Amino acid sequence: MAANPATKREIKSTTCYMCACRCGINVTVEDGEVRFIQGNPEHPINKGVLCAKGASGIMKQYSPARLSKPLRRKRGVPRGSSEFEEISWEEAFSTISERLQQIRETDPKKFALYTGRDQMQALTGLFAKQFGTPNYAAHGGFCSVNMAAGLIYTIGGSFWEFGGPDLERSRLFVMLGTAEDHHSNPMKIAVAKFKRNGGKFIAVNPVRSGYAAIADEWIPIKPGTDGALLLAIIHEIVALGLYDRDFLLQYTNSPDLVIVNPDSDEYGLFLRSDLEVEQTCIEPANKMWWDRNLNKAVYSHSDAADPRLMGEFELEDGCKVKPAFQLLRERVTQYTPEWAAGVTGIDADTIRRLAHEMGITARDEKIELPIPWTDAWGKEHESVTGNPVSFHAMRGLAAHSNGFQSIRALGILMTILGTIDRPGGFRHKAPFPRPIPPCAKPPSSPEAVQPGAPLEGMPLGFPASPEDLFVDDQGEAVRLDKGFSWEYPLSVHGLMHNAITNAWRGDPYPIDTLMLFMSNMAWNSSMNTGRVRDMLVDKNDDGEYKIPFLIVCDAFHSETIAFADIVLPDTSYLERYDAMSMLDRPISEFEGPVDSVRVPVVPPRGDSRPFQDVLVELATRLKLPRFMNLDGTRKFKDYKDLVINYETEPGSGIGFLAGWRGKGGEKFMRGEPNPNQWEMYAKNNCVYQHELPRSFQYMRNWNRGYLHWAQDHGLIRYTDPVNLHLYSEVLQRFRLAAEGKRKGRQPPDYLRERVRTHFDPLPFYSEPLETQTIDKDKYPLNAITQRPMAMYHSWDSQNAWLRQIHAHNYLFVSPRVGVQNGFADGDWIWVESAHGQVRCMCRFSEAVEPGTVWTWNAIGKASGAWGLDGKANESQKGFLLNHLINEEIPSKRQDYRYSNSDPITGQAAWYDVRVRVYRADDNEPRQSSPQFDTQPRVPGMEPARGKWQAFVKGLTK
Amino acid sequence: MTQLALVIDLNTCVGCHACVTSCKEWNTSGTAGPMVDRNPYAAEPTGTFFNRVQSFEVGSFPNTQTVHFPKSCLHCEDPPCVPVCPTGASYKRPEDGVVLVDYDKCIGCEYCSWACPYGAREIDEQQKVMKKCTLCVDRIYDQSLPEQERKPVCVLSCPTSARIYGDIHDPESEASKAINDAGGYQLMPEWGTEPANHYLPRRKVKITVHQEDLQRADNPLRKEDRGPRAPSTRTTLDDSTSW
Amino acid sequence: MKPALSVIFLTTLIGAGQGLYLAYYSAEWFVMLNILPAAQVDYSGYAAGLSFLLLLTGLLASFFHLGHPERAWRAAAMWRTSWLSREVIALPAAMLLILVYALLKMSGNDCLVFMLGENIPISIATLAGFGAVLAVCALFVCTAMIYACLKFLRQWHSPLTVFNFILMGCASGFTLATAISTFARDGRFDYFSGMAVFLTLSALIFRYASLSRNKRLRGPPTLQSAIGVHHPNIRQLSQGAMGGSFNTRAFIHTYGVSVLRLARRGFLLMGFIVPVILLQFSAEASVLFFAIAFASQYLGLLAERWYFFIEAEHPQNVYYQMIS
Repeated sequence: MAANPATKREIKSTTCYMCACRCGINVTVEDGEVRFIQGNPEHPINKGVLCAKGASGIMKQYSPARLSKPLRRKRGVPRGSSEFEEISWEEAFSTISERLQQIRETDPKKFALYTGRDQMQALTGLFAKQFGTPNYAAHGGFCSVNMAAGLIYTIGGSFWEFGGPDLERSRLFVMLGTAEDHHSNPMKIAVAKFKRNGGKFIAVNPVRSGYAAIADEWIPIKPGTDGALLLAIIHEIVALGLYDRDFLLQYTNSPDLVIVNPDSDEYGLFLRSDLEVEQTCIEPANKMWWDRNLNKAVYSHSDAADPRLMGEFELEDGCKVKPAFQLLRERVTQYTPEWAAGVTGIDADTIRRLAHEMGITARDEKIELPIPWTDAWGKEHESVTGNPVSFHAMRGLAAHSNGFQSIRALGILMTILGTIDRPGGFRHKAPFPRPIPPCAKPPSSPEAVQPGAPLEGMPLGFPASPEDLFVDDQGEAVRLDKGFSWEYPLSVHGLMHNAITNAWRGDPYPIDTLMLFMSNMAWNSSMNTGRVRDMLVDKNDDGEYKIPFLIVCDAFHSETIAFADIVLPDTSYLERYDAMSMLDRPISEFEGPVDSVRVPVVPPRGDSRPFQDVLVELATRLKLPRFMNLDGTRKFKDYKDLVINYETEPGSGIGFLAGWRGKGGEKFMRGEPNPNQWEMYAKNNCVYQHELPRSFQYMRNWNRGYLHWAQDHGLIRYTDPVNLHLYSEVLQRFRLAAEGKRKGRQPPDYLRERVRTHFDPLPFYSEPLETQTIDKDKYPLNAITQRPMAMYHSWDSQNAWLRQIHAHNYLFVSPRVGVQNGFADGDWIWVESAHGQVRCMCRFSEAVEPGTVWTWNAIGKASGAWGLDGKANESQKGFLLNHLINEEIPSKRQDYRYSNSDPITGQAAWYDVRVRVYRADDNEPRQSSPQFDTQPRVPGMEPARGKWQAFVKGLTK
Repeated sequence: MTQLALVIDLNTCVGCHACVTSCKEWNTSGTAGPMVDRNPYAAEPTGTFFNRVQSFEVGSFPNTQTVHFPKSCLHCEDPPCVPVCPTGASYKRPEDGVVLVDYDKCIGCEYCSWACPYGAREIDEQQKVMKKCTLCVDRIYDQSLPEQERKPVCVLSCPTSARIYGDIHDPESEASKAINDAGGYQLMPEWGTEPANHYLPRRKVKITVHQEDLQRADNPLRKEDRGPRAPSTRTTLDDSTSW
Repeated sequence: MKPALSVIFLTTLIGAGQGLYLAYYSAEWFVMLNILPAAQVDYSGYAAGLSFLLLLTGLLASFFHLGHPERAWRAAAMWRTSWLSREVIALPAAMLLILVYALLKMSGNDCLVFMLGENIPISIATLAGFGAVLAVCALFVCTAMIYACLKFLRQWHSPLTVFNFILMGCASGFTLATAISTFARDGRFDYFSGMAVFLTLSALIFRYASLSRNKRLRGPPTLQSAIGVHHPNIRQLSQGAMGGSFNTRAFIHTYGVSVLRLARRGFLLMGFIVPVILLQFSAEASVLFFAIAFASQYLGLLAERWYFFIEAEHPQNVYYQMIS
């Protein structure tokens, strides 16, 4: 298009942030205004394509919901009334830093920092650690931590950023519990290509929307029963011998002998040899196999060994042992397809057929790539082979209280099919694979928190035994959210969803200041939304708020802003520097590590400032050690400066960005800081991509070349092979402690049964916790949400284009449910759970399992929030399912409640809620319920836009 | 004679609306813009779009198909909207078959939209002229763009490559081949409008499992039951005979 | 279709205007042919003037339908293909010729051009008036064909549409002429009222025929054909926009069955039955009866035209059935 010659036009590359997918975009800027945003064809993530959200970035940039001034709650007005006055940044900084200074010098854990899906955990985690508070986490706990933990504790990697299905070479692809993914565009690109190549795509989901729409076969499953399906498939595959025996022998702990003497203190632990082994964070390589030929126990992985997978054996000392695989086999005996049919609603023949299709495709369509490689035991292989069956799963499995074990079952199914880091199966992305579990550990005692000092240990990590739990001598939680306590021992992402409730109740202790960034805890990011809003404004008898000080940083006028004491306006993604860092969650590809950056393409709006700069400034004012030079002077000017100059340890050569390290940008992964690193990223589409030699691209858990490379480049500490945990000794350690059979830390007595039940070293199926406590006849339906492809959670209702696509939401129900409950398509109905009720409109759908009702997530908004008119569809016709979901569930201990979460990981069990539905009375208002007072606009927001809006060349008219 | 068109593959469309907003984004700021929105932040937001994705359910549970269906101007070979236009604002370009509206000539009488059975035209309610998909004529011939980017923006943005662009009169084009190979069809063919845009139907892949596939000599279970047997503890003939 | 008010006024006003003109111009010929008595005061000029005003008002109403009325002149361009374009030519042509006729008649400055046969004087006004008749006929056809040519709007795509437009336009014009004649006492009452009754009843028959035809028409195009998926059971789940779109606002009405029934009975009663009854009064009756007859008929025809839009089911609606 011919540009006006007077127009200054530039096309700048940066990275999208309309969701967490992180595609490359080219932004056309004319005279300082954004004109076009297009996918960057040179970018490895999206290869030029762009989703509905990405293409609507302009409407986010110029949204009237943008905040532009630091604000303070007006003196004398109650919190939540959303009455603010503008303050200067200086005033904001001094107010906050004075308060935080005081907290840090007395009791740092009284400061809690919780952030949303922010892609800056490397910095926020560093800030929390340096501040000295353990009370830090991002959104993972209420997102999909089960998916991360369940697979990392099984195969040393997981889906999305950590790894994924190799659809390029797969022949059968099974997607479970995923409508739309964070890994949005790459998944769409890959699925479409997979289908064009003639592969079969099976979607297991209660709802047929999104990806499931184009599946060759849709398996409608009852929510929360995926574990039962997977276990029945494992049952069938094991019973028929459709597993990849060679793979299991060499690369998993299947043949490793487990002590099965019931009265042994080592019951359920691996039989260990007397071999001298280095004690590392990774499990020592001193396990034993039962050799078929010698008919006795031999060292595992010894050259001539030919181990058994099945059977029970007795050692000379009378100790009874079984290979781990035998234990799995025994476990799944009960999980017949007929049994699973009753649980999942999928008929037994279909389950059996699925197992056969997986097993036979894996076995008979073997891939062989002429890539020589050497394994960790020194054996050379002429080629890389693979079994072309792949899986992908997300929150549908994860967001249940039985999710961890369901996902363990998925990991085990992928393992017995022989598909881990092999062509056509699952493949890792750097820095994965990591040891099982990874080496990073949370602090392990209350002494880790000391006034005026950084936290000892990482705020988040991967416990491998009870000794890694963050508990006090009584076994009680040290963290506010009770992460890494016996209640949720493997809560590797924390439990942000309980931070407010716990702080309000003062259990484990009250806090002083809560800082929230980019997370809408007063609305869609909390369960029990109405009650959480009450907690935020609740006061002690002395008139002080139960959560005395609340700082909220966000770019938009969210529901949470209304409850802030201080509001800090964040910038948009087009206005700041960001790093998709190896220290956080990079954008690596199967072929090697990739990281990327955002660079500002337009100046910040009003007085908004990037949250990272705010943190660097606060850290400097608080004189947090890693933010200061040795002489006590300021170390980092801002986040941009920190990203290139920070090293994990002085001289480590590992920093936020992996590319163009070293003084002249000649090194990667490890190297001294490069003052021109930003410019080099900017010149290269904002991406650094390293492609590993082909011989390092597969079998990385056991690939000597890769493991050495990864160690040399600072990805991993140890080069030990990462054998897959078909049997989880880590879980058994917790169970032994709960049974009192293990020395060392013990759970409090009231938690023994809970830990014993759930820390099963083999996957098992149990009903979700909430379901166990309620009357299923009264609440016969499961209620779930899905994220639409054109909306990123709550973010996009302020987007003039995207909100036209999803202006409000309906509850989708099977017509049978309507008939049974006496309402028609489009009627206003009540949805009621044991906890609460919501009035909404229904839409009949045949694409939903009849025992399930569902809606789009977070379309419903509070009146007046997000820069919308008080009468906008989002608040009047839209609704939030969260009101039905309790954030806590009862325990057997009197007056004590657990988080409504997975008892292993603390993953929020969003999808466990059960409901009933009935018609709303004709005389009720045709309006969604509950309603809240209209949230007023705040100072610094632009006035309400008019009736018409035309966007041309960066101008809104 | 050239007839440019889109071929939309319903077999891979996941209904993500990427084509919808990328179209809006390119065109509102491009030569066909602006594309005005009404009530952008209030009740019942609405606006001009050249392209919409609709969803349909086919069949009943459990044999339900969810079909996501992108719909824009089909650039009919015999476009009913063109002859009815009193001003000539609505026209079909002879050189490439693209149906366009000349905003400067359009009087906003809406008559062309009455004549279009597909609902492909939307009046801009502020600018009062009829608007519709232009097949990104301001991109597809723009010599300043790299050749691979001279395509409608919806095609470039589509994450599942469900939109194929090309000359359907050229049997060698990717679009023609897709129509031929996958059974491309036209919408409402009974009207005789000869839409240039085609749709590719759902195609189902099945795996056939034969019972014999489950029985193999190399079944790994056999490895587990063929161990060396322990010696018999009772006397055998072997112990006691010596002839 | 959603009724377009300006178009309803346009078609009904010009229909009445055309009918009125035809009534008076035809009467003039009947006078010349000695079938009707000559009037003491010739009102045909004033009647044509009124006809011109009706056409002008219709034209003005039509401008409200346009997004860009200032560009309306462009609409004559495509007369080779577009009935709308042809209407845009025929309407001003008819207006111009009627105006010329009216001015000549009213001013009395008409002059003889030639004698047709022995006793039929052909003046300039007669010639201009004849031209106007041709233009009026063309205009009837053009206006009706705008609707009748749209083959996808099957309720409109019928010769009945053309007959109806002509008959209803003429009927309302003759009813109006009857009222004028009552007032003017120009001796044409019997002709006008008789014709008005005849035309109104004919229009009723044709309109009824079109109502029954439309009732029998098969439904709109199926979803099967609309999206090309051949399965007996298809339902829409979402249409891609939740706050409505041009497609929902322009083509989909939300009136209930009872409103439609009321409209249908209303236009049959007011547009046809009531005028026919009132037209039974004699020439000596008050002009008021005939004024009411015309008013009733006009309002009835407004309702009829409104219903005409409602009746037409646009095939695009098949794509706009459900939101979610």
